Amino acid sequence: MIIKGRVHKFGNDINTDDIIAAKYLITTDEQELGRHCMENIAPDFSKKVNKGDIVVAGKNFGCGSSREHAPRALKGCGVSAVIAPSFARIFFRNAINVGLPFLESADAGKINDADLLEIDLAAGIINNLTAGDTYKTEPFPGFLQEIINDGGLMNYMRKKCTK
Amino acid sequence: MSCAGKKSIKPGEFIEAKVSLALGNDITAPFAIEEFKRAGFNWVFDRNKIALVPDHFTPAKDLKSANQAKILQVFASEQKIKNYFEVGCMGIEHALLPEKGLVSPGDLVIGADSHTCTYGALGSYAMGVGSTDLARAFIDGKCWIKVPASIRFIYKGKPKKWVCGKDIILYTIGNIGVDGALYKVMEFSGPAIDNLDMDGRFSMCNMAIEAGAATGIIAVDKITLDYVRRVQKAKNKTGKHRLKNLDLKSDAGACYDKIYEWDISRLEPVVACPHLPSNIQPAGKLKGVKLDQVVIGSCTNGRLSDLRIAAQILKGRLVKKGLRLIVIPATQKIYLEAIKEGLARVFIKAGGVFSTPTCGPCLGGHMGILAQGERCLATTNRNFVGRMGSPQSEVYLAGPAVAAASAITGRITHPQEVA
Repeated sequence: MIIKGRVHKFGNDINTDDIIAAKYLITTDEQELGRHCMENIAPDFSKKVNKGDIVVAGKNFGCGSSREHAPRALKGCGVSAVIAPSFARIFFRNAINVGLPFLESADAGKINDADLLEIDLAAGIINNLTAGDTYKTEPFPGFLQEIINDGGLMNYMRKKCTK
Repeated sequence: MSCAGKKSIKPGEFIEAKVSLALGNDITAPFAIEEFKRAGFNWVFDRNKIALVPDHFTPAKDLKSANQAKILQVFASEQKIKNYFEVGCMGIEHALLPEKGLVSPGDLVIGADSHTCTYGALGSYAMGVGSTDLARAFIDGKCWIKVPASIRFIYKGKPKKWVCGKDIILYTIGNIGVDGALYKVMEFSGPAIDNLDMDGRFSMCNMAIEAGAATGIIAVDKITLDYVRRVQKAKNKTGKHRLKNLDLKSDAGACYDKIYEWDISRLEPVVACPHLPSNIQPAGKLKGVKLDQVVIGSCTNGRLSDLRIAAQILKGRLVKKGLRLIVIPATQKIYLEAIKEGLARVFIKAGGVFSTPTCGPCLGGHMGILAQGERCLATTNRNFVGRMGSPQSEVYLAGPAVAAASAITGRITHPQEVA
């Protein structure tokens, strides 16, 4: 899968309350969640973000609560992928399970706000079209790749159970 | 590790493990139930191995949260889920499940709530997961796990008066940072832990997630076993509860990614300042910080010993004029005990609110939302931007002794100043 989009840059330790505040956890509607994505730290984010845009952040992205509303809010407002040097453990699981593409890249710090990126997910390659750079990431191990290729954990389960 | 169907497992390995219990609440379970049904499944794998606790926005704070809680109630009824806890029997999940005897040493528990790691205090492997993980567990009782490496923490020395489990864990997070244990298990050990009561151990394991850990864990000892036996005795009334897997010490050949060894005998009560749990300061150094609200409660510090410590300080005193004190016992059982012991009377006479169990204010849900510019000190677990309400409000984290002392003076206070 090839993803192309503009970068929205965030700092270290972006937590799930930043991504979607708890007061909005009274719905399972991704579009509705998306309208409040990043509201506490970037009130205009959901208005500024265009479909396909990419979030690039610092270390430990998605720390805090287990709320799956966080990756779903990012999907809901049109974010196509997240790149960070490291992800919090539960966010990592949730992103895999709900099919939000993300890449762990030590080069995330080299990417600037508004850069245009092209990501080859399967190969784990990030092309920074603005800076003319290429960053390589470690592809996910086979087991996770299988869930990702199936489009999330529930699709994977459906396949497994109908075999 | 029997849950993985293997004799031994190694860090980094992916396993599909059988869970002993899968937990969801009124925020996370609705997604799980929706996904479970959407995928075309009709019946859960085992109605006795699922716990549903509507504790976050309950008693329902508004129509939307009432609808969310309703989803749990209907699902529990249709699937005949044994461990569904209605408002009135309900408590904050991570205090409730151990109290009800639903977690035992050696169990593998997953919960669609990040503070599921609390049960590591019982020598179980307990970890927070997402709603889709819960939905999957509904189907076949399994969960994918990347086997984590471990970090060992050895605490030496006798803690000073007023220093509790919360102070030790805040000190730990302050030292290693909010990702200091990312993907790792934090194993708490040493003489100070050997002497720590179960409530203090729950507080410590509860906040392992705040350092990014997969879970926190404490080896099973006499204190754990006494607790488990007491709970099981109350549950079964008759007969003896047989504990499985009694040998739950760390493996002899266990290797750790890191070992930290700290003498905590000089540690003073700690406060985590906005906006990260790692941003710690000694309580005594924050005297100038004025407060609008103090919250005592949550899955971290809403247990009976927390309420006892707070009441000991607040007895015969008044809350500072203009400050709101909100005390929330974590379960109905603790609530009743607090009434029996006269703790409720102390809080109410002091001018505090004494509420039915709920996660409420901790996550800015209800029962104590902060207005713009307000500042709260809470015994909860997170102080992120806007956590308790307005993005322009601030949350400081501390143990129950600092919280009670601060409620009296209206500013952050070392307990020895008022006790």
